[in-house]
Formats: sequence, C-alpha cells, structure tokens
Amino acid sequence: MTNSNQTLSTAEKVNQSLQKRYRAEKRFRAYGISAIAFGLLCLVVLFTDIISKGHSAFLQTYIKLEITFDPVEMGLDDPTDARQLAMADFDSLIRNALKEQFPEASDRRDRRALYAVVSNGAAFKLREQLKADPELLNQTVPVWMLADDDIDTYVKNREDAQGETFAGRISEKQMGWVNTLIENDQVESRFNTTFFTSGDSREPEQAGILGALMGSLLTLLVTILLSFPIGVAAAVYLEEYAPQNKFTDFIEVNINNLAAVPSIIFGLLGLAIFIGFFEMQRSLPLVGGLVLTLMTLPTIIISSRAAIKAVPPSVRDAALGLGASKMQMVLHHVLPLAMPGMLTGAIIGFAQALGETAPLLMIGMVAFVVDVPGAITDPATALPVQIFLWSDSPERAFVERTSAAIMVLLAFLISMNTLAIWLRRRLERRW
Amino acid sequence: MQAVNTPIQENEKLNANTNEAERKPSGAEQMNDSAAKVGKTVGKPFAKHPKMTMRNVDVFYGDKQAIHDVSLDIGKNEVVAMIGPSGCGKSTFLRCLNRMNDTIEICKVSGEIKLEELDVYHPKQDVVPLRARVGIVFQKPNPFPKSIYDNVAYGPRIHGLVERKTDLDEIVENSLRRASLWEEVKDRLHAPGTGLSGGQQQRLCIARTIAVSPEVILMDEPCSALDPIATAKIEELITELSEKFTIAIVTHSMQQAARVSHRTAYFHMGKLVEVNDTKRVFTNPEHELTEAYITGRFG
Ligand SMILES: Nc1ncnc2c1ncn2[C@@H]1O[C@H](COP(=O)(O)OP(=O)(O)OP(=O)(O)O)[C@@H](O)[C@H]1O
Ligand SMILES: [Mg+2]
Repeated sequence: MTNSNQTLSTAEKVNQSLQKRYRAEKRFRAYGISAIAFGLLCLVVLFTDIISKGHSAFLQTYIKLEITFDPVEMGLDDPTDARQLAMADFDSLIRNALKEQFPEASDRRDRRALYAVVSNGAAFKLREQLKADPELLNQTVPVWMLADDDIDTYVKNREDAQGETFAGRISEKQMGWVNTLIENDQVESRFNTTFFTSGDSREPEQAGILGALMGSLLTLLVTILLSFPIGVAAAVYLEEYAPQNKFTDFIEVNINNLAAVPSIIFGLLGLAIFIGFFEMQRSLPLVGGLVLTLMTLPTIIISSRAAIKAVPPSVRDAALGLGASKMQMVLHHVLPLAMPGMLTGAIIGFAQALGETAPLLMIGMVAFVVDVPGAITDPATALPVQIFLWSDSPERAFVERTSAAIMVLLAFLISMNTLAIWLRRRLERRW
Repeated sequence: MQAVNTPIQENEKLNANTNEAERKPSGAEQMNDSAAKVGKTVGKPFAKHPKMTMRNVDVFYGDKQAIHDVSLDIGKNEVVAMIGPSGCGKSTFLRCLNRMNDTIEICKVSGEIKLEELDVYHPKQDVVPLRARVGIVFQKPNPFPKSIYDNVAYGPRIHGLVERKTDLDEIVENSLRRASLWEEVKDRLHAPGTGLSGGQQQRLCIARTIAVSPEVILMDEPCSALDPIATAKIEELITELSEKFTIAIVTHSMQQAARVSHRTAYFHMGKLVEVNDTKRVFTNPEHELTEAYITGRFG
C-alpha cells in the first residue's frame, strides 16, 4: 500500500501493456490476411489470363460445302474396297465444291488461297463418311468440314476487329470468301471435340490434347505404382528397423540432398541408365515414369518418415506390450495412422511429377507424337511438354491451344488432388 | 482369502535369514548422503513359489546405470508394489520383466530374469511369446484408435487364440467384465476406444491385457491419470485379478500400495532398499530410508 504511489501494481502494468499487445496482435493478423490476399490475387490473375486466352480453343469453326461424291474425280468405282478407298482423291471433291461456289477465283494463286480455307484434314473425314455409307457415291450432300486454323482465328476474332482490317494471316480475298460463307450460313462454331479426341498435329485445327494427356497419365501411373510402395517401404525400414549409426546418418543426409537435386539431373541419369545402359526406347512413358520415380522418391521418403515419426509411441508400446511382432505393429497400427500424412507428402510429389518437363526432355518425350499412346511402351509426350511445344509454335491458333492445354493440366492436377484429399479424409475418419 | 495369504506366510519362513542379516542403520544426520546408506537389500525379497525371479539385475542407459544389482522374487498370485522417489528406476525395472526395454536402443540389461523356468533375456528368447505371458498396462491409458471391441480382440487375434467369432466375442465380453467395464460399454462395442473417459480407457487397457490371459501383469502407475472413483475401481479390480494373475505394480500412492499389495519393494536411486510385507513396510519399516520415504521426509 505504501509504495503504490511510486510503483504500479501488476494489474496496472498488465493493462498498460495490453493495448500494445492488442495492436501487435492486430498487425500480426493483418500480415497473415495480406499474405493470403496476395496469393489469391496471383491465382485470380493467372486464371483470368489463361481462361481469357484459352477459352476460345474449346470452339472450332466448321464450313459447310456441297460435296458431290463423283467416282471419276476420286478415281474410285467401288467404295467398299478398302484399297481403292485409301488411294482415292477426296481433296479434289473439296476443291470442286469450292470452285463451284467461288468461280471468280480463276488464277492459280487465288485457287490455292481458296483451297486453303478448308483444313487439309477434311479429306479424311470425307473418306470416313463414304466408308460408313457407300450409298453416297454419285450423290451431292452438304458436309460440315473443319476450317483451316487461320480462318478459324479470323472467324473468332472478327467481331473484335470490326471496322479495321483484320491483321491475321489471311488475305483480303480469303476474307471476302469467308464473309460470303458466313452470310450464307455456311459457317458454324461448334464444340471442339477434336481437341479432346486426337493427338498432336502440325495443323492446329487437327491438334488435340488426348495424346499428351494419356502420356501423362501413363507416366504418372508408373511413377505412382513404383515410388509410393518403394518410398513407404524405405521410410518404414529407416524409421522402424534401421539401427542408428553413421551409415544410416549418411543415408539420411543423402536422401535430403537428393530432394534438392535439380530435376534435369534426374533426366540425365535416366538417359544414361535406362536408355544408355538398359537400352530402352526413347519417348516411352515407362522410362518417363522411372525417371520421375527417382525424382519423387526423396520427397515421399522424407514425408513418410515424418508421418511415421508422428505416430505416438504409446500406440507402439501398446501393440508391443500385447506381444505383437514388429511387423504386426507396423502393419496394424503405425501404417494406418501414418497413411494420411504419407498421402499428403505423396500428393505433393506426384503433383510435382505431373508438372515436370525438364527430365522428360532429356529422355525424348519431347518428340512429335501423333498417335494416342495406349500402353506404357508406346512413344508418348506429356502435358507440360505439349504445352512447351505448342507455346513455341508460330501459328496463332496454337496460342489459344497452349492456354487450353494449361487448363487441362490444371484440371488434371485439381482432380488428382481432390481424389487424394478424399482418400485421406476416408482414412482419417477411422479415428 | 486363503489363496492370498498362503504365499506370504511361506515367504515369511524363507526370508527369515535375510531379516537378521541387516540391522536397521541409525543416525539421521547423514540423510543427505543417502546413496551410501543403501547397502544390501533388507527384508524378504524372495518367495517360496516364485512366478518370476530376478537375480543381480543391472540396467544401463548408455553409460548411466539405472538399476544396481537388484534381486527380487514375485510369487505366484502375489501382488508386489514398487514404490520409491521419482527417477529411482521403478519403471525401468518393471519394463525389464517383459523386455519392453528392448525398444530403447541404449538400454542394456544384465543379470538373470526368469519367468518360472524361462530365461527372459536369453539371446534366443523371442519376445512375442514372452509378452503373451507377461502383459503390461502403462501409466497413460493408450487404447488403439480402433473400436472398443477391436481393442480387446487385438491380442487374441494376433496370437491366434480363437478360431471362431463367437469365441472371440466371449473373450471380449469376459475381459471387459473382469475389468468391470462391460456394463458401461456393452451397447457401444464398436464405438472408438479413444472416445471413452480416462478411467474407462485405462480399464479398457486392462481388459485388453487380460484378454490374452497372461500369467503376469505389470502395471506402471495405472491410476496416476485417474480420479479417486476410477482409482478405487481399478484397485478393486487388481485385488480380484490377483486370484488368477501375478501382479507387479508401480505406484506413487502409498495408500494404494497398502491397499492392493501383499509385499512392497522400496527402490532408491536404482537400488532395491527394502522388501517386506506391505503391512510391515508401512507400520514398521526396517530401513531408515524406507522410513524416511513413507513418513514423507523426502522423495
Ligand atoms: N530412455 C531413457 N534413456 C536414458 N535414461 C533413461 C531413460 N529412461 C529412464 N532413464 C533414466 O533412468 C532412471 C530411472 O528412470 P525410471 O523411468 O525408471 O524412473 P521411475 O522410478 O519410473 O520414475 P517415475 O516415478 O518418475 O516414473 C532415471 O534417472 C532416468 O533419467
Ligand atoms: Mg516411471
């Protein structure tokens, strides 16, 4: 009581410092919120950019032409004969149809420009059509055909360029023809199924993502099937069985170092071992998967070890105290409890592997592959590599396809993560 | 009641010589230097019908010796309490009896520990059958994060004790009944064991241990996390269990030791100071260190 004048009581001191603490608390929270806001902003910018650039790739321009299946022009008299069908000249049918509609294109240069309005893949479609329905011979029918990529780009951007001349890669004359076609309702934008059902192509309008998607899927499958069991087994051994000595310390340091090695080095390693030594083919999802396995193993081992370490020792004691063998303890108690944590680490590893480009370049998965791979031993490319390839192409139509491919990659990634999170939740629910 | 008294009366005769061997040291002024005072174990460390025999047991954690030359018997159907100040090595000693110390890499045990004729620390001895015969209940309740049923059924399952589901159901029910938990959980056998209260969890752990039908049950401060009512239940349980099992229990509660045990062993800085009938230890201890401890002068 006597010294209350000179010195403040504890409660008063606390109250004084309280204001300061509240302010610090507020500031601390503000830092967190601004960090999250910044992250979200970046995400929004990224997504708007990609979607605004890429959404048009999901539409494709088609042109309707009156095609006469003239046996003389085609050089074919029996549409059921596969050999004749393969030799027949369907391009001339398209050329005739175009010539008929636009007789004003008379000299060779104009003609060539006119023929270029339709994709050079359109002839395949006619062949398929005749093969499916041989009755069409000698008939004249309207057929919707893929437009060339430059025409497609013009049609999609026509409205934006109103008033001024379109600065695309098509000539004034082609523009006039397309406008005529549009006026005649001979042009239509449809959902671009080709993009999802075919492999790569030099012609943007015929290029699809399916080949790369399958390539990525197969590669990732190999990676998951190899790296998860191996990684978990290694982690279990190191955590539960390995004695603590210099040798295991050495292994631990090495695993941590491997996790930091640039991925391209793993590509070089794969090139030397799998292709150089084991003489596997280049460009195979199998080799890609092996290389990505090497790359993701350290991540999986480290996160699995952390998850195993986090299992309370009391559970181990309980199992051992009842007379469980070490293996029973691991299989019945440690692994089930560690599984959600191990999955979290594995998801990060696999997401990284899915987006990885550099090591795949080293083992030749950058090749131009038209066919959609069906097995891990078919030459393939992968989604990120496909994006890299398309972004490098000069055609304007590949710009939107690059963004569309990025969207597909992101969708793949998100669905993979969703699956993993769902799986984790399910495992966690077992209390 | 007879089953309880017999081993103790027999021990009386067996340990008669040891009683004479050591006279109660005097001179409380040297209490600080208590370690020097420990000397040889006084009282009656041996039993006529031993279930477990320990002779000259030393335990080291790395270079540090935690147990010094301890010899003790635990008789059949006997409850032996182990008391002593914190850090004196009670848990360490208890964990030697079913080799739980094996999980600590730096822990080295020497001396002889026998379960009847079985050499516990024989290099060729597998810990799995040993731990099936010598069960343990830990200080902190540690049910598996599984259902109540699976917790109790785990031991019988891994040891292949039953073939039919109905037999397993029976074991689970009997074990839960013995642990006096059945009435509380019979309607929710498939609810998680971790969802029970602390006292219920500890009784679940006891049920889990007795489901394997071990011969010896080791308990390391089984009531330290429990309230008086749950403690009373478990103490009652220990008395009942001693009709069928041999029990070694570590406790910090002298009342508890007095209530449940036949003999009490007092540990001090890794040495076994005194073993005597519980009544004697708490009314007329032979060794001055024991007396100091139970009268609360230190520890
Ligand atoms: N894992 C370990 N590593 C190293 N030393 C240990 C280890 N466990 C126990 N010790 C040491 O061994 C001695 C005995 O420990 P112990 O746990 O057996 O004591 P206690 O009598 O059970 O104590 P409390 O009553 O507090 O449980 C202590 O000095 C302790 O520091
Ligand atoms: Mg202890």
